[in-house]
Amino acid sequence: MCRYVIKRLLISLPVLFLISVGAFLLVHLTPGDPVDMYISPEMTQAQMDLTRSILGLDKPLFIQYFDWMKNLLGGNLGFSFSSRQPVGEIIGQRFSPTLILMSVSLLVAYLSAIPLGIIAALNKNSWIDRTIIGWTFINVSFPPFFLGLALIYLFAIKLDLLPTGGMLVLGQEDDLAGRVTHLILPVVVMASQFSANMIRYVRASVLDVMDQNYIRTAVSKGLSEMHILVAHIFRNSLIPIVTVIGTDLPKIIGGAVITEQIFQWPGIGSLTVAAINSRDYPVLMAVVILSAIAVLVANLLVDVMYAVIDPRIRYEK
Amino acid sequence: MNTDKWVLVHADCVLEESSSGDFCEGEKINAGEASEEVVESWLAITWRRFYRNKVAVVSLILFFGIILVAILAPIISPYDPNQTVGAFDAGPTAQNIMGTDDVGRDLLSRLIYGSRVSLIVGVGSVFIYAVIGITLGLLSGYLGGTVDSVIMRITEVFMAYPHFMIIMVIVSMIGPNMLTVMLVMGFMGWPPICRLVRGEVLKVKSMDYIASAIVTGYSSRTIVAKHILPNVMSPILVNATFGIASAILMEASLSFLGMGVQPPTASWGNMLTSAQSLTVLSEQPWRWIPPGVAVLVSVLDINFLGD
Repeated sequence: MCRYVIKRLLISLPVLFLISVGAFLLVHLTPGDPVDMYISPEMTQAQMDLTRSILGLDKPLFIQYFDWMKNLLGGNLGFSFSSRQPVGEIIGQRFSPTLILMSVSLLVAYLSAIPLGIIAALNKNSWIDRTIIGWTFINVSFPPFFLGLALIYLFAIKLDLLPTGGMLVLGQEDDLAGRVTHLILPVVVMASQFSANMIRYVRASVLDVMDQNYIRTAVSKGLSEMHILVAHIFRNSLIPIVTVIGTDLPKIIGGAVITEQIFQWPGIGSLTVAAINSRDYPVLMAVVILSAIAVLVANLLVDVMYAVIDPRIRYEK
Repeated sequence: MNTDKWVLVHADCVLEESSSGDFCEGEKINAGEASEEVVESWLAITWRRFYRNKVAVVSLILFFGIILVAILAPIISPYDPNQTVGAFDAGPTAQNIMGTDDVGRDLLSRLIYGSRVSLIVGVGSVFIYAVIGITLGLLSGYLGGTVDSVIMRITEVFMAYPHFMIIMVIVSMIGPNMLTVMLVMGFMGWPPICRLVRGEVLKVKSMDYIASAIVTGYSSRTIVAKHILPNVMSPILVNATFGIASAILMEASLSFLGMGVQPPTASWGNMLTSAQSLTVLSEQPWRWIPPGVAVLVSVLDINFLGD
C-alpha cells in the first residue's frame, strides 16, 4: 500500500514540473505589460527601467522562471502587484472560504444524490425513475450563473429570506446562523451540479450490480431486502461512486469561480477573477499552480481510495 | 493513471449503456463486415434506434429550430441588434416585444443573434478538440510504446489544470473575443476524447478482424482509417454531442464574467452580465431571464440529443 502511494507520487513529479512551466509561460508570454500597473505618464524612461529591474522583469525568461521556482520552493510566492501584500497571505485568506463552500456542497450533493440514485434504480423505468433522471438533466443543463441569479431574485429579493451574497454579517464574525444563511444559496448552486452526475452513476451502478449472480444467490438464501441492499448492492456499487468523487474532488479549488463571483464569496474563484482584471501575475500564477496541485492531490487520494475499496487493484501493483 | 475515470466524465452514459447492453449490439454485429457497409449500417442502426425514441425526435427538431434561427437571424430579427431603437431600459412593448437594454437595443434581436455565437463557439470548439483528440488518440492507441506514453503524459498535464479556470485565464490573457474563446476551448478540451479514443482503439485492436487485416497486408493507415475509426465512431459522437452542450455553457459563463464574447456583440452570456447589478436583477427581469432560459433550453436539448 505504502509503496503504491510512493510510486504514484513519483509519477506526479514530472507532471508537476510541466504544470509549473505551463503556469509560468502562460502569464509571461501574453500581451499586456505588468509594469503598466506601476508607471505613470510623468515617469522617465530610467525610472521605468528601474521599476522593471526591481520587479525582475528585465531578466531572461528562464532566469525569471528559476528565480520564481526557487522562491516558490522556499514558500515565498512573491507580492501581489495590485495590493502589494504577500501572495501567500492573500491565498491563505481566500483558501478556507472556498474549502468550506466546496466541502459543504459536496456533502449536501452526495447525501442527496446517493439515496436518489438508489431509489431510481430500484424503481427502474417507473415515473419515479424518469422524474429523477429528468431532474438530473435539468441540473446539468442549468447555467450556474443563471441559477444563481434566479435564486437571488427569488429568495433574497422577492421573498427576502436569505442574503444576496457575502459570507457573513459584517461585524458579527461569530454569528453561526448568519454564516449558515449565507451558505445556503451558493451551496444549492454548487450541489445541484455535483449531484446530477452522482445520481446517474449510482443508478447505473446499482442496476449493474443487481443483475449479478451473487445478488440472486443472496435473494435465494432468503436474506432480507434491506440487508441485501446495504451489504451487497451498495458496497459493490462503491467503485463508480469513487469514480465520481474522483471527477469532483479536483474541482475543489478551481471549480467555484462563477458561484463565488455571483455571491461575492471571498474565495479563490473570486480572487482569480480579480487577479485577471488587474493583471496581477504573481497571484494568478500562484492560483493556477495551487489549483493544479489540488487536482493532483485529489487524483492521488482517489487512486488510494480505489485501492482501499477494491483489493484487486491493491494486489495487482 | 485512471484512464477510465476521465473518459467517464464526458461520456457519462457509458455505464448505463453497458448495463442495458443494447447499445453495444450494433457495433458487435457490424464489426466484421466490409468497411463501406460498416458506415452505412451504423448510420441505419443509429437512425432506427433514434426514431423509436420520441424525446430524441423532439430534441432533434428543436435543435434544427435553433440552427434555423441562427442562420435566418438577419431576416427574422425585427431590428439591428447593435442599434439603439427604443427607449432605455424599457419593458416589453408592442415595438420591442422583449423590451430594450440600457442603451435602447432591442432584446429580441440580440437574443436571436446570440444563438449564432453559442452555436459557432459550441460546434467550432468541439470540432477542433475532436480532430486533435481523435488523431492523438488513434496514434496513441494504435502505435503504443513511447508515442503512447508521451501523449498520455501530455494529457495528464492538460487535465491537471482546473478546466474552467485555466480557459478563463488564457482567454483573458490573449484577449477575449469569439474566436479566441473558441480556439482556447478547442485546444484545451481534447484530452478526454483522446483517452476515450485510445481506450476504444485498444479494445478494437485485439479483435480478430484487425489481426486478419494486418495478415492480409493492409497498411497501418488503411487499418486505422477503414477498420478502427468506424468502430470507435459511436462513443466519439456521444462524447462530442455532450461536448457541444458544455461548450455552449462555458462560452455563456465566460461571457457572463466579461471574459468571453465582448459587447457590443450579443451573446446569451454577456446579456446576463448586467444582472449582476441588483437594480437590473430585481427591477428589469426581462433583461436577464430570456437569455438565461435560452442557454438552459438549448443545453438541455443537446444533452437529451446526446443521450
